[in-house]
Amino acid sequence: MNQTVVSFLAQYEFFDFLTKIFGENSLLLTTLIFLIFSVAFVAVAATIGGLGTYAERKISADIQMRMGPNRVGPYGLLQFLADGVKMMMKEDIMPRTADKFLFYLAPLLCLLGVFATLAVLPVSSGFTLTDLNVGVFYLIAISSLVGLGVFLGGYASNSKWSMLGGMRGASQIISYEIPVTLSVLAITLLSGSMSFGKITDLQAGFITNWFVFHNPFAFLAFIVYFVGAMAETNRAPFDLPEAESELVSGYHTEYTGMRFGFFALAEYIEVFVVSAVAAALFLGGYNLPFHISIDFLPIQFVQLSILVGKALMLYYVVIWARWTFPRLRVDHLMSVCWKYLTPIAIFNLVGCAVWMVAFNGQSLAQLIFGH
Amino acid sequence: MTTTQIDGLMPIVIMMAAAVVLFFGGHFASVILSPKKPTPQKDTAYECGEEAVGSAWSAFNVRFYVVGLIFIIFDVESVLMFPVATVFSEMVKEGHGLFILTEFLIFIGILVTGIIYCWKKGDLDWVRSYQVSARRNQPAVAVKAKEVKKASA
Repeated sequence: MNQTVVSFLAQYEFFDFLTKIFGENSLLLTTLIFLIFSVAFVAVAATIGGLGTYAERKISADIQMRMGPNRVGPYGLLQFLADGVKMMMKEDIMPRTADKFLFYLAPLLCLLGVFATLAVLPVSSGFTLTDLNVGVFYLIAISSLVGLGVFLGGYASNSKWSMLGGMRGASQIISYEIPVTLSVLAITLLSGSMSFGKITDLQAGFITNWFVFHNPFAFLAFIVYFVGAMAETNRAPFDLPEAESELVSGYHTEYTGMRFGFFALAEYIEVFVVSAVAAALFLGGYNLPFHISIDFLPIQFVQLSILVGKALMLYYVVIWARWTFPRLRVDHLMSVCWKYLTPIAIFNLVGCAVWMVAFNGQSLAQLIFGH
Repeated sequence: MTTTQIDGLMPIVIMMAAAVVLFFGGHFASVILSPKKPTPQKDTAYECGEEAVGSAWSAFNVRFYVVGLIFIIFDVESVLMFPVATVFSEMVKEGHGLFILTEFLIFIGILVTGIIYCWKKGDLDWVRSYQVSARRNQPAVAVKAKEVKKASA
């Protein structure tokens, strides 16, 4: 049985009123509630993705002691809307030699992969669209679609820059999936569950209950996950697929207008998604630092803002890293993944397993402070 | 409670549908708003202003293929480890900790053997051919340098 937003709302009195109108077990009502929440999710995610581009420019400006965008709206906040309108008004150019169908399809695949992950994102104990019992597994699986989109985009353009970028993107994304998966596996091992809801609930309480502080290996796993996730979303210093100084702009060299916009949107939302997943798996998710009854509806919004706040902090770290570290070389990139991160991730996994058996599943804080 | 297994999967379909709607909506807006003025030069692949030569669909570095193969092996292994990891803490609580740990370590041992094998074979070195040729060339270069020294002396 999966916990969904519908089954959460069903415990309130106003739901009885709705079931009177639509009838018991109405598929229409379920679909309607899901639709409303999905639209809200998409709107928020698109805004976060759009504001991500603004934050990127503003933070980079801050780091480089410039002003950054400050013309459109207060503090330039509406810059992303202006950019969006501009992209729509640009001419869509497709190279004559391109594979037309795949060229159309590639941005859609990126969007699909990212939006499908939003369905299991644990934003709060009730508002999570669906809390699948294989949530973590599903998220890792479905986000691979983004890699497919990147590769197809590079391949279908039939341009040398795009081809190089797409090839690099494919090899990078699949390579870094290994350490990420192994780190997530460590959390599954500690929590004994693949559902985001259960994993988050286990971290309820004070900071010491967070999985990142569960044991030293879990802390390492968090770092490995974060570095791997940064590489998986093609963020600098791992942005080799779109390295502008060597590959023009990599896999989306030939993409113009709105199609490029979709790639950018997918990338920025994906960064938010991996940050939110890191927050949920390692940093306590939506939990408040003290116990509170979750039946009170406004608490859901508090939980929501806690998770989004944690995710945005990690988002800031990602942007900060981009404007601080120089880009890696392609062979260094591969050796970082296969010769450092993967062995470290395996070490973490074994460490977590041994820790579980040796200390009977107790965390470090429980060992030190008792109970 | 109206939740069934199907209900739990419905949001995924809806979110994917949302992505499709957003995609085609954006395309539609762009078709209406954007100009259409194709020229023969504009429709070629970008090659820094030069005329595009040949197709990009050519033979590619085989290392990408090797990376793909290694990835598949590791990915399948980690997929198979997910069920074990899920029941791990339960087994520990029931007192079968050492048993499941041994099983887990055997499984990871296979994975570690795999990565050591790939490492020794040099499949994890991205620029393998370059390194091999450099190693071969080194003595030759040294000999040449000595010869040059002798000749100058």
